[in-house]
Amino acid sequence: MDRTKWFVLLTGLFIGAIAVVLVKLGNPPNMGFCIACFERDIAGAIGLHHAGLVQYMRPEIIGIVLGAMLTAFIGGEFKSRGGSATLVRFVMGFFMMVGALVFLGCPLRDILRMAGGDYNAVVAFIGFICGVASGVFFLRRGFNLGSSQSSRSQLGGYILPVIMLFFLFLLVKGTIFNPQTGGPLFFSTEGPGSMAAPLIFSLGAGLLVGFLAQRARLCLSGGIRDYLLIKDYTLLLGFLGVFVGALVLNIGFGFFKPGFAPQPVAHTQHLWNFLGLYLVGITATLLGGCPLRQLILSGEGDTDAATVVLGMIIGAAVCHNFMFASSAMKAASAGVPAVIGGPGVYGQIACVVGILVIAGIGYIYKEE
Amino acid sequence: METVDVRGLSCPLPVMRTKQVIDKGARELLVRGNSSVSLENVSRLATSQGYQINMKVNDKNNWEMELKK
Repeated sequence: MDRTKWFVLLTGLFIGAIAVVLVKLGNPPNMGFCIACFERDIAGAIGLHHAGLVQYMRPEIIGIVLGAMLTAFIGGEFKSRGGSATLVRFVMGFFMMVGALVFLGCPLRDILRMAGGDYNAVVAFIGFICGVASGVFFLRRGFNLGSSQSSRSQLGGYILPVIMLFFLFLLVKGTIFNPQTGGPLFFSTEGPGSMAAPLIFSLGAGLLVGFLAQRARLCLSGGIRDYLLIKDYTLLLGFLGVFVGALVLNIGFGFFKPGFAPQPVAHTQHLWNFLGLYLVGITATLLGGCPLRQLILSGEGDTDAATVVLGMIIGAAVCHNFMFASSAMKAASAGVPAVIGGPGVYGQIACVVGILVIAGIGYIYKEE
Repeated sequence: METVDVRGLSCPLPVMRTKQVIDKGARELLVRGNSSVSLENVSRLATSQGYQINMKVNDKNNWEMELKK
């Protein structure tokens, strides 16, 4: 195995391990890192939705973007670019979030959930593979959103990193603009949004993962895509690394609990776990990268990727305001019956519509 | 010599474009790109397919490589 492959594998192992340490330090269970969930929490933190359980300005996301930016600077790879079907990418980011919130996690959290013993995540993983395979079908058919152009000025590339820095400033400063209603930032007092590792650790972990994932070009949809397309398993080693790194620490900390239920921040509706990550898989493949990769590219100055990130944040807000997001299963407690969780009818419709829209984009954007 | 322009393309199109030309049996081709990721990926593909790589322009943000078999 050559050096690149070892580096990608070790990067994966490290990220998996960091994720479990973040859970130990206070992050929600099986959610050391979840790009989709954390962008959703950020959407709530800035008041774009008011789902009281999922509002927090997650420093991990801020750290990943800034870490990737610093690394790109050092490597001479920061370059502002964009203009490849930008609004179409925004819509695709929107639907990628719909899929993630129907399943309750991005591909990274899917691996972390599998490594925590959550069998529902295995069902979703099969959906993810099928989604990536569908994306590969369109790629083979000649799918292309068009070339991006290098910008005359680097300014555009700084926009998302500067927004992230501003969010970090608000979080650290803690100023309240409106004493009656709260804000500019809103924080959960219960539920997953209230569970967080101390800021210094979550920010540090984000910076480190931003650095590693930028260097290793880590991409979770890319691993399966490259294997299907050209039988190259380099990126797949990163996927494997995250799983093994998280599995070992989960067993070590006693977090590993195999089964379909009960599982934290999860539901057992197999069809919707499958279709949720199917939608994420096909969208990520057509966009050229999973939600994590889009954050890394945003840090490198790719304004199309930054648009996908904004599409995901707005998508998350709409998912909660329009009742698209799944609810998590809950065990029965005193006087309260058990909840099986899963998407409501609006979420189911949104997921199917998302698959149709993305397949339509895959069909229409064909070369020649 | 056939030229493949992969500038500005998202993953995995740079590799796919190059592979299409390789699969047609080209023994010599020139590939142009403008990101270090595409440089790494196209180089890896070329090496795995047994091509010699000759960097004509070796700047990671604007590169040209000649592949020969």
